[in-house]
Amino acid sequence: MNDILIPVLILAAIGLLAGLILAIASIVMAVPKDQKAEDIRAMLPGANCGACGFSGCDGYAKALADGTAQPGLCTVGGSDVSNAIASYLGVAAASMEPHMSIVRCLGSHDNTTDRAEYEGMTSCAAAVAVAGGPASCTFGCIGLGDCVNACQYNALSVRNGVAMVEPKNCVACGMCLKACPRHLLTLVPVKKQAVVLCSNCDKGNVTNKVCKVGCIGCKKCERTCEHDAIHVDNFLATVDAEKCVGCGECVDACPRHIIDLFNVE
Amino acid sequence: MIKSLLAIFLTAILTENYILNKFLGICPFLGVSKKRSSAIGMSIAVTIVMMIATAVTWPIYYGILVPKDLKYLQTIVFILVIAVLVQLIEIVLRKYIPSLYNALGVYLPLITTNCAVLGVTMLVIDKQAADPANYGFLQAMVSSFGAGIGFLVALVMFSGVRERMELNDVPEFMKGLPITLVAAALVSLSFLGFSGLVTGMLG
Repeated sequence: MNDILIPVLILAAIGLLAGLILAIASIVMAVPKDQKAEDIRAMLPGANCGACGFSGCDGYAKALADGTAQPGLCTVGGSDVSNAIASYLGVAAASMEPHMSIVRCLGSHDNTTDRAEYEGMTSCAAAVAVAGGPASCTFGCIGLGDCVNACQYNALSVRNGVAMVEPKNCVACGMCLKACPRHLLTLVPVKKQAVVLCSNCDKGNVTNKVCKVGCIGCKKCERTCEHDAIHVDNFLATVDAEKCVGCGECVDACPRHIIDLFNVE
Repeated sequence: MIKSLLAIFLTAILTENYILNKFLGICPFLGVSKKRSSAIGMSIAVTIVMMIATAVTWPIYYGILVPKDLKYLQTIVFILVIAVLVQLIEIVLRKYIPSLYNALGVYLPLITTNCAVLGVTMLVIDKQAADPANYGFLQAMVSSFGAGIGFLVALVMFSGVRERMELNDVPEFMKGLPITLVAAALVSLSFLGFSGLVTGMLG
């Protein structure tokens, strides 16, 4: 009995003494914490995604308290957090339009084909490194889910060979933008507007060969638009979100049905 | 007496270097050796921790564990003591030398799990067991100080090697960790040249 009891007691005594020393030391040598940074840290969402460009929420809070950063960089918290911090710091709130990530590709298995079979590691970046990737469209989604892995909010999924964003989960942190080797994901302001769901810059006949729905650069949308909001450049239509009013004329005009009316509600 | 202490000190630095000969504390060796300034700060912190840890664990071992016949508790008690010491040093640094505290950053708490520190405290006791007549507390302290300085020498030398490596045209497949490990192996190999030096010199 004593064989066990004595070592346990000795170890407990040493541990207790050590804990006591640390407790006394931390009280005697307490360092006043930066209350401002602590307060701001409490306002931030605590996602630690790094979208603001600082090392997590703690880093951003510290920079805000020091005055080296501006409120409004936190895309996760959005305008609520930005306004709260701005009023706490007594500076003008930066206006923040809510954004959302979209995948500019509709190249599912039904619409496009693979030119080769890829059997390497499950990563888009790795697949692209092998002769430009297995998909016949060299601009389109590879569907191996680098963006899905980058997303901390469960907002992305790969369905039928193409990535899709779940709007209600997306916080516009921008992590998927960095993860996609094809740069298919972009942040768009959340409002009623047209979005072109293709990134193919090839000439029309080349695009036509590799994808049933790729943008062929026919300029029908450009001619239809009354607000000068959609332009075809490099055989690819792009929408100017500021000018677009969301009338939906181009959506009906597109022969490839790749323009979508973006409406979160 | 002084000669034997000098021999212990030099042995700990050169022939029994904890990083390059015993392969303890490789994590900070690879992690903190990118910049010379942080390598020096880290080494000084490790040296201080090594010496205080030996000064505390030695009396605990011979004052409590040996009389009670509890030598088998050595590892767990030493880890506990080292962890507390590192925490204590962290608190003291934050209060009195905040610049060094910020410079060391995450590496300071990582000294807790630095096996070189545990290795020093345990190996000086092994050495005492091997030569009880001539090896005492003083020798143990000199040995732990030498171990810390040896850590410093290895880290500073290797940071110099790495700073030079930055400018070199390293083949793609060797970039980053592979070339660092090869360089570490070569530096370690070069320390093999010191074997027998101290005994030959101070005999």
